[in-house]
Amino acid sequence: MNVLPDFLAATVRTATPLALAALGETVGESAGVINVGLEGIIIAGAFAGLVGSIAVGVYAGFVASALAGVTVAALFALFAVVLRADQIITGTAVTLFGLGLTGTLYRRAFGATGAALRAATQHANAVPGLSRIPLIGPALFAQPAITYLVYIIVPVLWWALYRTRMGLALRAVGENPEAARAAGIDPRRVQLGAVLFGGIMGGLAGGTLVLAQVGTFAEGMSAGRGFIAIAVVALGRWHPVGAAVGALLFGAASALQFLFQAMGWPAPYQLFLGLPYLLTLVALAALGRSHPAPAALGK
Amino acid sequence: MALRNSLRDVLLRPTVAVLAVGLLVTATGYAPGPALAALWRGSFGSPYVIVSTTLVRATPLILTGLAVAIAFRASVWNIGAEGQLLAGATATAALGVATGSSLGLGALPLALLLGTLAGAAWAGIAAWLRRRFGVLEVISTIMLNFLALEIVGWLVRGPLQEPTHIYPQTSMLSNAFDMPRLAGSRLHAGFILALIAALIAGWVLRQTAPGFRLRATGANPFAAASAGQIDVARTATRAFLVSGALAGLAGAIEVTGVTHALYEDISPGYGYTAIAVALLAGLEPYAVIASGILFGALEAGAAAMQRDAGVPSVVVSVVEATLILVFLIPKARERTA
Repeated sequence: MNVLPDFLAATVRTATPLALAALGETVGESAGVINVGLEGIIIAGAFAGLVGSIAVGVYAGFVASALAGVTVAALFALFAVVLRADQIITGTAVTLFGLGLTGTLYRRAFGATGAALRAATQHANAVPGLSRIPLIGPALFAQPAITYLVYIIVPVLWWALYRTRMGLALRAVGENPEAARAAGIDPRRVQLGAVLFGGIMGGLAGGTLVLAQVGTFAEGMSAGRGFIAIAVVALGRWHPVGAAVGALLFGAASALQFLFQAMGWPAPYQLFLGLPYLLTLVALAALGRSHPAPAALGK
Repeated sequence: MALRNSLRDVLLRPTVAVLAVGLLVTATGYAPGPALAALWRGSFGSPYVIVSTTLVRATPLILTGLAVAIAFRASVWNIGAEGQLLAGATATAALGVATGSSLGLGALPLALLLGTLAGAAWAGIAAWLRRRFGVLEVISTIMLNFLALEIVGWLVRGPLQEPTHIYPQTSMLSNAFDMPRLAGSRLHAGFILALIAALIAGWVLRQTAPGFRLRATGANPFAAASAGQIDVARTATRAFLVSGALAGLAGAIEVTGVTHALYEDISPGYGYTAIAVALLAGLEPYAVIASGILFGALEAGAAAMQRDAGVPSVVVSVVEATLILVFLIPKARERTA
C-alpha cells in the first residue's frame, strides 16, 4: 500500500503555494500591514504565469508571476500605505480587482472555454540522496523546484527578520511605528518594502498553481488560497518557520481526504473539504492569545 | 451641506460606474456601444426589468450591505456575510423540508425568524472566538464562509437532498413558504423588508443609546471604554450578532422569495459584494439602499452584457473595486491631514 507516501506528497504539494504566500504575508504583517488583497495577487500571478509560460517558457512564467504579484501589491500599497486608507477595505477592493480583471482578460484572450490550454510546467525534480530517505524523502525531495525555493526562503527569512538590523526595524514598525520613527526609521518605506515583497511571494504562489501543478488557468482558481494564507500566518504566529509549519498542517488536513478515500472509509466528500477550515479555526482558538499579532497590525 | 454631498454622490457614483465599465470594455477590446446599451437594457431599460431584475437582485445586497455596514461601524471586520447568508438559507430550507405545508400561515414568519437566528448563530461562532480566544474575525469569518459552503454542498447531496436523489438540491418548498409578490412581476415582499431594515438600522444608529455605543466603540474603543464607560467587548459582540442576523435574513428571503429551494450556488457572492455596497454607502444604513440598488443594477446589467454583447460579467468586480478605490481616496486624505 502506497497510501502514506501519497498522503505526504499531497500534503507538501498543497502546502507549497500556501507557504509561499504566507511567508510573504508574514513579512508584511510583521511590519503591521495585513493584506486581504493577497487573493487578488495570487490570481494575478497565476494568470501572468500562464501568459509568460505560453509566450516564452516555465521560468519566464514564474518571472511574470512575480512581476504581476508585485504590481498588484503596489496598487494595494499606494492606497493602504502611501495614502493611509484602511487596510481591510483596500485589500477587499484589490481582491475584487484581481479576480475581475484576470477573469475578463482570460475570457477575452482565450475564450470562455480555455480549459484545453496547456502551459509548460515544471516537473518533479528528485534531489539525489535526500529523496531516498524512507517515507518523507519522496514527499519532501521529489517535488518541483519551486518547492525547494520554500526550503531556502524559510531559514533566510528567519535570519533576516530576527538576526539583522533590517528585520529589527521591520518588526519595530509592526509593533510601534511612532517609536520606530523616533529611532530614525521611516515606517512608510519599511511597510512599502514589506508589502512589495509579499506581492512577489503571492505572485509566485499563483505561478506555482499554474506552472507546477494544474498546467492551465481557470477563473478564480486561487480558490480562497490568499485568505487561507492569511490564516496560516496567524497559525504560524507571525514567524516564518511557523508559517511553513502552518502551511503543512493545512496541506495535511486537505490531503486527509485522499487518505480516507484510499482506506475506503465511508464519509461524505464535502465534509473532508470543510475539514481544513474547521481545523484552522480550532487551532487558532487553541493558540489563543499566545504570541499575539504585531501590535500595530491593521492600523 | 450633508444633503448637497449626498446628492452629489447619488449622481457621481453611477456616472463613475458607467465610465469604468465603458473604459474597461474598450481597454479589453470589446465594442463599448453595444456593451453599454446591453448594460442599460438589463438594469433600467424598462419598468419590468427595474422591478423584476434590478430590485430583486438589490434585495440581498441591501440586507447583507447593512450587515457589513453595522459590523464595520463597530470596527468588527465581518467578512462573513456570505457564510451567514448561507446559514440563514440553510435553516429556512431545512424547516421547509421538515414541515412541508403543515405550518400554514405560520410557515413564512417562522422561516424568516429561523433564518435570521441561524445567521446570528453562525456569526456568533466568530464573535465568540474573537472574545474568548482573541482570534481575528477577518480570518475566522472567511474560514466560516468556506465551511458553510461545504456544509451546504454536503446537505444538498445528503440529508436534505430531493427525494429522487438526482439533483444536488432540496425539493421545492411548499407554497406556504412563498413570499408575497407584486402582481405581474418577480419582485417579492423581501424588498420591502430590506427597506424597513435599513430605515430601522439608520434610526437605531443615529438616534438611540445602543447606536451611540456602537459608533463610539468603532470610532475609538479606548475613549469609549474610559470616558464613555462603555463595555466595548459586549458592544462589539452585539454588533457582530446583529450583522449576522441581517445576513441570515437575506438568506431566508432569498429562499422564500426567489429560489424556493436550497442549492450550492444559491448566492453569486452577495456576501462579498456586500462589502462594496456598504463601503460605497459610507457605512450609512440609509445610503445602503441606494448603493444596494446601484450594485443590483450593475450585476443585472452585467448579466445582460454577457448575454447580448459577449462581455464577461466578471467585469463588474473590477468596476466595484474601482468604485471603492475612487471613493477611498478623499477619505484617505482626510486621515493623513
